[in-house]
Amino acid sequence: MSRGGTHCALPLQRQVNPVVGRPSGHRRPPTGRGAAGVRRTGRPGRRPARLVSAVAAAAALLLTGCGPDYVVLHPVGPVAKSELHVVEMAAVPMAAVFLFVVALFFIAVFRFRDRPGNTAPYTPEWEGSRRLEVVWFAIPILIVGFIAVPTVRTTFALDRLPPARDPLMIDVTSLDWKWLFQYPSARIATVDYLKVPTGRPLLFELTADSPMNTFWIPQLGGMEYTMPGRVLPLWLQVDRPGIYWGRSGNFSGVGFAQMQFRLQAVSPAAFTAWVAGVRGTDPPMSPADYRELLKPAVVGDQTYAGYPAGSFPAQTHGFTLTGGMYTYPQTA
Amino acid sequence: MSLLGQLFPSSVLRPMELGSDGLIVLTVAGLLFVLTRYRKWGWLWREWITTVDHKKIGVMYLVASLVMLFRGGVDALLLRTQLAAPNSTFLGPEHYDEIFTTHGTIMVFFMAMPLMFALYNAVIPLMIGARDVAFPRLNAISFWVFAFAAILFNISFVIGGSPDAGWTAYAPLTELTFNPGVGENYYLLALLISGIGTLASGINFVATILGMRARGMTLMRMPLFVWSALVSSALILFAFPALTVALGLTMLDRLFGSSFFTIAHGGMPMMYVNLFWIWGHPEVYLLVLPAFGIFSEVVATFSRKRLFGYASMVGSLLAITLLSFGVWVHHFFTMGAGAAVNAFFGVSTMLIAIPTGVKIFNWIMTMWGGRVRMTVAMLWQMAFIPVFVLGGATGVLLAVVPGDYQFHNSYFMVAHFHTMLIGGVVFGFLSGLYYWWPKMFGYMLDERQGRWAFWLYFIGFWVTFVPQYLLGLEGMTRRMYTYSAGFGWTTLNQISTLGAFIMGAGFLVLVFNIVYSMLHGERDLTGDPWDGRTLEWSLPSPAPEYNFACLPTVAERDTWWEAKREGGAVAARLRAGDIGPIVMPKPTAVPFFIGLGFFVAGAGMVFSWWVVAAVGFAGVLALLVAGWFDYRDHEELSRDVVLRAEAAAGRVQA
Amino acid sequence: MSEAMHTTPAPDGGPAGPPVLPTPAETTKLGIWLWLASDCALFASLIATYLTLHGQTAGGPTAQQLFDLPLTLVSTFALLLSSVTMGVALEALQKDDIAALRRWLVVTALLGAIFVGLEIREFHHYTVSGLWFQRSDFASSFYVLVGFHGLHVSFGIAWILSLLIFTFRKPGGITRADHWRFEMMSLYWYFVDVVWVVIFTVIYLLGKVG
Repeated sequence: MSRGGTHCALPLQRQVNPVVGRPSGHRRPPTGRGAAGVRRTGRPGRRPARLVSAVAAAAALLLTGCGPDYVVLHPVGPVAKSELHVVEMAAVPMAAVFLFVVALFFIAVFRFRDRPGNTAPYTPEWEGSRRLEVVWFAIPILIVGFIAVPTVRTTFALDRLPPARDPLMIDVTSLDWKWLFQYPSARIATVDYLKVPTGRPLLFELTADSPMNTFWIPQLGGMEYTMPGRVLPLWLQVDRPGIYWGRSGNFSGVGFAQMQFRLQAVSPAAFTAWVAGVRGTDPPMSPADYRELLKPAVVGDQTYAGYPAGSFPAQTHGFTLTGGMYTYPQTA
Repeated sequence: MSLLGQLFPSSVLRPMELGSDGLIVLTVAGLLFVLTRYRKWGWLWREWITTVDHKKIGVMYLVASLVMLFRGGVDALLLRTQLAAPNSTFLGPEHYDEIFTTHGTIMVFFMAMPLMFALYNAVIPLMIGARDVAFPRLNAISFWVFAFAAILFNISFVIGGSPDAGWTAYAPLTELTFNPGVGENYYLLALLISGIGTLASGINFVATILGMRARGMTLMRMPLFVWSALVSSALILFAFPALTVALGLTMLDRLFGSSFFTIAHGGMPMMYVNLFWIWGHPEVYLLVLPAFGIFSEVVATFSRKRLFGYASMVGSLLAITLLSFGVWVHHFFTMGAGAAVNAFFGVSTMLIAIPTGVKIFNWIMTMWGGRVRMTVAMLWQMAFIPVFVLGGATGVLLAVVPGDYQFHNSYFMVAHFHTMLIGGVVFGFLSGLYYWWPKMFGYMLDERQGRWAFWLYFIGFWVTFVPQYLLGLEGMTRRMYTYSAGFGWTTLNQISTLGAFIMGAGFLVLVFNIVYSMLHGERDLTGDPWDGRTLEWSLPSPAPEYNFACLPTVAERDTWWEAKREGGAVAARLRAGDIGPIVMPKPTAVPFFIGLGFFVAGAGMVFSWWVVAAVGFAGVLALLVAGWFDYRDHEELSRDVVLRAEAAAGRVQA
Repeated sequence: MSEAMHTTPAPDGGPAGPPVLPTPAETTKLGIWLWLASDCALFASLIATYLTLHGQTAGGPTAQQLFDLPLTLVSTFALLLSSVTMGVALEALQKDDIAALRRWLVVTALLGAIFVGLEIREFHHYTVSGLWFQRSDFASSFYVLVGFHGLHVSFGIAWILSLLIFTFRKPGGITRADHWRFEMMSLYWYFVDVVWVVIFTVIYLLGKVG
């Protein structure tokens, strides 16, 4: 039972035309026209060049305004600075690659575009060059190596607190939709704002009693997740007094846009005075206050002198898992 | 909750949703009227709903994908409109959250994936010299399962409420405590069901490419698009199960009270994130690799030159495929995996730049020494190179782990992945669409309008996303429904919104281009309008039902180009003696009803109507059994029929 | 389907079967292999989930307290034996002994049914002993993984039964051209058995050891 249909005897009847000796593709000398049986495809492009220069100009214009709004580019602490530094190390070769490839690409397009009178060599059968291919296997390998080394080095370097420094520990809990900050050494707590001393490492312990968020103060350094049931450590430091904003980067529901807080960096003396002031004047947080904070809502700044034991949820829920990029020896 | 309250919560009774209801009713009524008035029901049933012809299935995927591109695009414009001014009240936070969720989900699952399958279906069998895919009925099942899943997902915004936890749907935000509506159920069920169709397509195309090639078409003679479809389909096989497990367990959490990813009872939200990205990163590559394949075809054809470095192109496809399974942690460096793990995944991510860089150089070298024709298909390819290099460069910056700590989930990252998905996937698929359109439909897309669409879209792309990179550097994070003026984000957001509307205009011109060309476009009578190189161009446009009256034998790469070189313009003519009867798969309505069954089952589960769900699943099982016992699933086209058709096309030698 | 069609060697190293419809049996079998490969990834994800969560017993019963190895060994033995009987059935098919084929398919399906029956009994026993599905993450991940495998076995039984019906209903009787249907099903059946060996080791043996 022959069901499959028949097979051609020879590859695509290449024997059929003894008269026309040349392939259709070559009968017509390449011109600006589209192809067999179809009308023109229009002017060869001049516009890409104009466009790219316009884009470059626009980008330059935007970047010249690299004012203080570009928080990632204006670090105020060692972590953010080294993060920016690695990015710059990588961005320079990447920019070079971008310009080189785009230039090569435009040369190829303009030199070999299909228009009458183009005298550039036409080599339709040229399908490879071992030497060239080795070259562009090598180029990306070198560039990746160049970028990978500082990446790995910085990744490990930022993993540890600078030795012999006494960090200020701050427990961070993201709630729906507010940030709770607890200072275990002073036993005070704040909501939606932080006050910290300059020049001293800050060791944040991040967790959540809500869906996940990320804790990010761009000018101090990169973000890390706050996750229910886990505690991630993150160390940052601020060297210049001032007010810096922080916010969440991970969507957590309708109040997510308001998951913002500000960090005020003051001199160590002013920080000590502030702590004493809080302990002297503000009320302690009661369990009822904490339950109130757990309710999904956006609230304003709050300050408490003291908080219920175990209100850092990692302890309430009974598990403490750690890990994280900026980890520290588990002695504390 | 009352039934009515469950079906129509307040979120579906907002003016925008009610307006959409009206438009949907009008559109459906209009379609019904046209179908009835012009007596097209029979045609619709015979030619489309029951078809198993891969070319028609490809067309249906394409239509679905363009409709979804429209919906996802409208979502995007709504989001950008909301962000055009600080403290805007155009959309409330709930509304904004729903729209960015549906935008992402639709674009990835219901726009990009079907567009990819549209192109696979349209040309893969033609390129390998086959008469259909390996499993034509399974192919139809894949389509209808996808289509009904898309419908299920899309009705959420008018019945029951949209999902609103982002397209990634991270636990524990999707947990019942934080997300009590049915929206997330829609998300889970629609994606689980469409995943079944996707997996079936993946199996189908691997089997087709490995098992149905023409004689003599060795692996290393396959066109690059076929290679890319092969590795991309293989990625489906190994990546999608992880998504199925992630979504399936979330569904059990929501519907059956388990606690895999919940906060309470020791669930592990981070496990969801791992499973999601073990699928998610390969997903990106399984979308972009076919685009790479398209570029390889397009650049060779429109440079009238052999593809440069075929072997290294294939090698880099395989390298990217393997590497894609070793990089998923880079989606959450900031979740505390530790320096060693992060460094490993950072470097493995950078390694992907190596094979990708090789491909870029090879494409440029393909033009070198060629004759570059600036058709619209080629314009999309050319636009891709600078955009993709930019995306790759910013991708490397994101792979620099300490840098990622600053970029993660900011608009820098948003801009990066849009650069990759638009510049890579969308530009690639549009290039393929313009390139293969005459083969699919028998007429050309108007080139002048095509250039308009291209330039609007291309310029709009830069205007939209360059400001978003900068917004990332200014600390704006993704998925914020609003921001206050004090951040200094206003101007950049306004520019970005302007760009989005330019892209929207580009889409409208594209649609106009399609409609205009359908009515007035140049018919492709040659079957080979671009002076092509591969087998599909040896057939008339559109190809006959059986594709090849006489199955080809392949002796080299670029077979058709070589055949034309040696055989001239009549290379496509057949000898009458070579034509015989052809066995083809028979149309069937089973796939359509299997899709419908899944829809019923899915809708039942969304609302926890267990009887309805059981009826749907029972229907699917019954149909599968019925299909299993249908032994007469093929029919024979007689030699006369084939000969007449080929003679009418002027393809038989005198 | 003509034998010659899919055994013709390609002239120069292309695929063995020319691109004809109906699809060559080799390609159809390839499809099953691909599905099973993907299924492997699915089971791997579920096993990884179980391994991540099996310690989360939330104060409920643990694996050591509940698992009854002798009983599970019986069901494991039944499933492994069914692989042997499946092999005997295919042997009979090769010899065109359709009666023996039917006999051994019935035996295989029965062994599979014993396995599923014991599993249901086991699930019931655990549920009444305090390990219901929602009790803990250990419980949920256990039921999902083992239950998913049980569904696979049930589907295999249904497949065997449908082929049994096929042997009676096929017009013109079973010929060589039908063998692929049985071979595909047996591939699936062996796969499900092998997966069980992995699950038995990971869940029951390691669970009992702790």
